[in-house]
Amino acid sequence: MIKDDFPILSQQINNKPLIYLDNASTTQKPSSVIEKIANYYKNTNSNIHRGVHYLSQKSTEEYENSRIKVHNFIGSKSSKEIVFVKGTTEAINLVANSYVKPLLSKGDNVIISQMEHHANIVPWQMITKEKQSEIRIIPMDKNGELILDRLDELIDKNTKFISVNHVSNTLGTINPIEKLIAKAHEHNIRIMIDGAQAVQHMRVNVREMNADFYCFSGHKMYGPTGIGILYGKQEILENMQPYQGGGDMIKSVTFEKTIYNDIPNRFEAGTPNIVGAIGLGEAIDFIESITIEKIEQLEMELLHYATKRINSIEDVTIIGNSNKKASVISFVIDNIHPHDIGTIMDKLGIAIRAGHHCTQPIMDFYEIPATARASFAIYNTKEDIDKLVEAIEKTKEVFS
Amino acid sequence: MNDFDDLYMEVILDHNKNPRNKGNIEGHTNHADGHNPLCGDNISLDLIIENNLVKDIKFTGSGCAISTASSSILTEAIIGKKISEIRHLFEDFHELVTTDIEKNNLGKLAVFEGVKKYPARVKCATLAWHTLIAAIDGDEEVSTE
Repeated sequence: MIKDDFPILSQQINNKPLIYLDNASTTQKPSSVIEKIANYYKNTNSNIHRGVHYLSQKSTEEYENSRIKVHNFIGSKSSKEIVFVKGTTEAINLVANSYVKPLLSKGDNVIISQMEHHANIVPWQMITKEKQSEIRIIPMDKNGELILDRLDELIDKNTKFISVNHVSNTLGTINPIEKLIAKAHEHNIRIMIDGAQAVQHMRVNVREMNADFYCFSGHKMYGPTGIGILYGKQEILENMQPYQGGGDMIKSVTFEKTIYNDIPNRFEAGTPNIVGAIGLGEAIDFIESITIEKIEQLEMELLHYATKRINSIEDVTIIGNSNKKASVISFVIDNIHPHDIGTIMDKLGIAIRAGHHCTQPIMDFYEIPATARASFAIYNTKEDIDKLVEAIEKTKEVFS
Repeated sequence: MNDFDDLYMEVILDHNKNPRNKGNIEGHTNHADGHNPLCGDNISLDLIIENNLVKDIKFTGSGCAISTASSSILTEAIIGKKISEIRHLFEDFHELVTTDIEKNNLGKLAVFEGVKKYPARVKCATLAWHTLIAAIDGDEEVSTE
């Protein structure tokens, strides 16, 4: 069983076997990733890109090898297009500050959607405020699908950038990003796709979709926290200003003049999260050992089963009913606050997320304070969903 | 009794389902709105305070079971009490839900003792109290963030 590859899942929480359904927040880590990290610190630890000694060279090799794994995983043209960052949030901030901010003048606009994570809202608010420009919002409908027809009204000659998520972390909606990308390029606008909730669920090929930027986090795809990826087309990255200054991002420094390093190192100032990058490479190996296609198929079975079962419970409403969804289900129960649902579930050993999921505009849209959210990963089973359904019934009983 | 009564005591479930002193008071002397942005809990309090004594209090708002029950039980606990007594009561209540110090003087409020085992829920239990103090002090709005 795949569950056996994940040591954390064998424990009991509140004297009940742990059922982990908070995967959209972070996934658990397989033994291979945990061991890789421990072994790195036991046997290889050293700084990269500096030393002539054996361990430094070995560390550099493993770090750069992970970059190649990421490059292959998302089908970029070159591994130079892969920048290691802290996570999706840093990737978005990097693009906002190094690429978009220099493009913005007074009266310009950046387009995002109504279903963005705060990480894909706040950086744009910060730079547009500074540049006396604005953000515009692609609206969504009650099913949780973007109303793409409205994009034509939003785009004008002052639109300098578009940034939209691939999959909504709250609704599970898989957005039609190919259409969005084509539309952006029709108007010669560059576009970034926030793939934090996508790469762990489906095959992503950045060249086929033709995204200008694509970003995601390691910890939501069975890898460690503190590591993420910014993909950018080579010709764009090469013309971008650095994000942070420091060691490793330079070719030469005098007090008069600094010559910046080539990409991707130009964007990796300071000692990076070396072990994070290496752990992420191992997580990609784990995913590919199963294949992402197989993961997608298993998760779709779970999603359909869970949707059917949850929909059949009286007083329960699923929030987000897009035709195309990843394995994320937000729901509410009449007259029971999601935090109470979360606490009862926790007592039953079931970890779900309760709250606004860093998407307050979605909560405002549905006029709810919060939702309960169950999100499934490769190690979840139909039995887990049966337990979830039992727990929902139990919750209703307690508050009846 | 239920399987979850270390937190959700029957009294709490009852006050959540049938909150006491719900509503507004026309001609209130004091008022405050409380908000917990993390949970989305909202509460509004209307009070009539005369001669440093709470004559009446009512609340409206929406929130989780802990926050609703806490608001409801709070209203019952403070009607007829002096402002100075209420401030002491809040101190005691805060210690009840955040520390292991034994409290024998809290009456019905003691049902919230279980909250201390759930640090994430302390703000749910104390939102009404923070809002109450804001209303007494003449602050119109309070946020627990």
